[in-house]
Amino acid sequence: MLAADAAAHAAGLRVGMPVTKARILVPGLIVMDADAAADREALERLALWVLQHYAPIVTPDPPDGLIINTTGADHLHGGEDAMLTEMVERLGASGVSARAAIADNWGAAHAFARYQANPAFVVAPGESRKALLNLPLAALRLSSDILDSLRMLGFDRIGELEAQPRAPLALRFGPELGRRLDQAVGRLSEPIDPVRSPDLVTVRRVFAEPIGAAETIARYTGKLVLHLCEALEAKALGARRLDLIFHTVDNRLEAIRVGTALPVRNAKRLTRLLCDKIESIDPGFGIELMSLTATFAEPLIGKQMISSLAGEPEIDVSSLLDTLANRVGEKRLYRFAPVASDVPERSVMRIAAMAPDADEAWTARWPRPARLLAPPEPIETVVLLPDHPPAAFTWRGIRRRVTCADGPERIFGEWWRRDAELAAVRDYFQIEDDAGERFWVYRAGDGEDPETGSHRWFLHGIFG
Amino acid sequence: MPNTTVNPLIVRLRARIERLEGGRAHGRAVLPFGVAPIDAALPGGGLALGALHEVAGGGNGAIDGAAAALFAAGIAARTKGKVLWCVTRQDLFAPAVAQAGLLPDRVIYVEAMDEKSVLDCFEEGLRHAGLGAVVAEVARLSMTASRRIQLAAEGSGVIGIGIRRWRRQTEAADFGQPTASLTRWRVSALPSTPLPVSGVGRARWRLELIRCRAGESADFEVEACDAKGRLALLSDLVHRPGEKEIGRRSASA
Repeated sequence: MLAADAAAHAAGLRVGMPVTKARILVPGLIVMDADAAADREALERLALWVLQHYAPIVTPDPPDGLIINTTGADHLHGGEDAMLTEMVERLGASGVSARAAIADNWGAAHAFARYQANPAFVVAPGESRKALLNLPLAALRLSSDILDSLRMLGFDRIGELEAQPRAPLALRFGPELGRRLDQAVGRLSEPIDPVRSPDLVTVRRVFAEPIGAAETIARYTGKLVLHLCEALEAKALGARRLDLIFHTVDNRLEAIRVGTALPVRNAKRLTRLLCDKIESIDPGFGIELMSLTATFAEPLIGKQMISSLAGEPEIDVSSLLDTLANRVGEKRLYRFAPVASDVPERSVMRIAAMAPDADEAWTARWPRPARLLAPPEPIETVVLLPDHPPAAFTWRGIRRRVTCADGPERIFGEWWRRDAELAAVRDYFQIEDDAGERFWVYRAGDGEDPETGSHRWFLHGIFG
Repeated sequence: MPNTTVNPLIVRLRARIERLEGGRAHGRAVLPFGVAPIDAALPGGGLALGALHEVAGGGNGAIDGAAAALFAAGIAARTKGKVLWCVTRQDLFAPAVAQAGLLPDRVIYVEAMDEKSVLDCFEEGLRHAGLGAVVAEVARLSMTASRRIQLAAEGSGVIGIGIRRWRRQTEAADFGQPTASLTRWRVSALPSTPLPVSGVGRARWRLELIRCRAGESADFEVEACDAKGRLALLSDLVHRPGEKEIGRRSASA
């Protein structure tokens, strides 16, 4: 048996069992022949999908893994944690149960993904080696013979092996063991040969003399972008995602990835986006090859501009948004849109900055505070129950006397979201203190029935 | 001020100084408030477009910046085109911004990692001529940073509004430091319009023009932005018919 799904695991079947034994354990078991070639092809397709969506340097790691170099790519997804979680979730939605880890190098990430991630795991930079020492030896990508004999010698964890003198081990097990150990802790580099699809538009430039200065890189980036734009124009495409990969003389890969909100074929704009990121590149001893790929491209056909006769054209701000998105991250650039909910914190939703206009706003019946505190802060009040506003309250250690108030505005819990909100009620008051500052406070509960809430008071917002 | 604008000698002199300062400042477009006393206090009869303006809250408003945000939203609402709003921590309640006339479709928020990147986004936004206004919530604004932002605004003609907002009351002393902004405002809450019944009336602000390049400082008592982002002078005439001098001038510099 080579693979088993979750249901098979639950039935007690394990990888490595003979099929006959499995058939006896589970009557009516569905057994399929392993098709290594098809698996490899599917893995390659998955690698291309990851390449288009997540990171510029990806390669399949047969039989069941993908190696992704995420350097310079996580900023488009709101950081490493967010990217990894989203990746695992999206794979899960399409029926692939995946585990993923980010670590300092290939070997460590390989080990964490298989022995630590559940389903995602990110090691802080520089911490990989320490975290690795507790993992079992099987995480080292060694052949089963070596593993068996190591186990017989009493080795169990990577840390124990790491503490041993290297020479006797090498004498007994050959160079393989030392190499894998060095790769795992990052003493030995392991180049990644990135997967490329022939459909992608790629331009490359080889340098006779390695280059390293930022100005030189910028100049050649501009030239590559020009060539790429010509190639894109021939196919009537616009780039949504660009990868600029640098091959350094010491066989490392450095990458820059930029994304745009709409397909773009404007050489000046793309060059600017790429050149913004050059400072994140470490050229080392020099760069000998640069390759620029439009990893993700969409059809872009020229269209007629609106003439000034028919009114003012809306000026396009997408170039600005692209620049900002590549600096701070796409997730940090958004608009607010109304949601049909009376609960204040649920009445707004973040949408993409370039999303089409919603043409609706909140139904403004009551004034709303300019600043909303999240979470609401508890206040001490002097108040007449059941339905009077507070006469005085203490917030952040300052006591304020209330001169006038408006309310209550009763907001009911949304029982269709959570059962606990079935009876919940909040009574909101707009109150003004003697200095003229206006606050939005509420009482949890209707003031009579303890079922509806705790009857404690909270300050939820500050009016301007 | 009205005397100086009438005197042709001073007008010519001023034009020459503006030419020396940089060609763009000459004949700068303005965005009027539509409130006569405020517009009269500003050179050119309104807030200059293509320039940096600073707004801070008074008292506790220096920390929450609620009134300052609405004042900025009101100004941005009266411009055309999208508005970029840069923050470090997002606690703005979008329905209130919409109630000040700035509809949600027009505002794009940038939540930057730190102060430095807010200033970076502020400057980048102002370099783009397609926006209506750029608003940024910043605590520290050095002379160098503000000058860069001012130059970016001059190049594109987009109005930049810096909401100064601090974590602690004591840090608000920073507002006294010089910057390259054209005007500097302080907005503080006043008791709301009295109503004949119990309840809270329309919000009122004390609007202090603390600093104004080529103008004098002044302060006004106004009613907060309406649904179109417009301010109004106090309509207290029913209660105080004798009072004539509404937009009080102060000699404080």
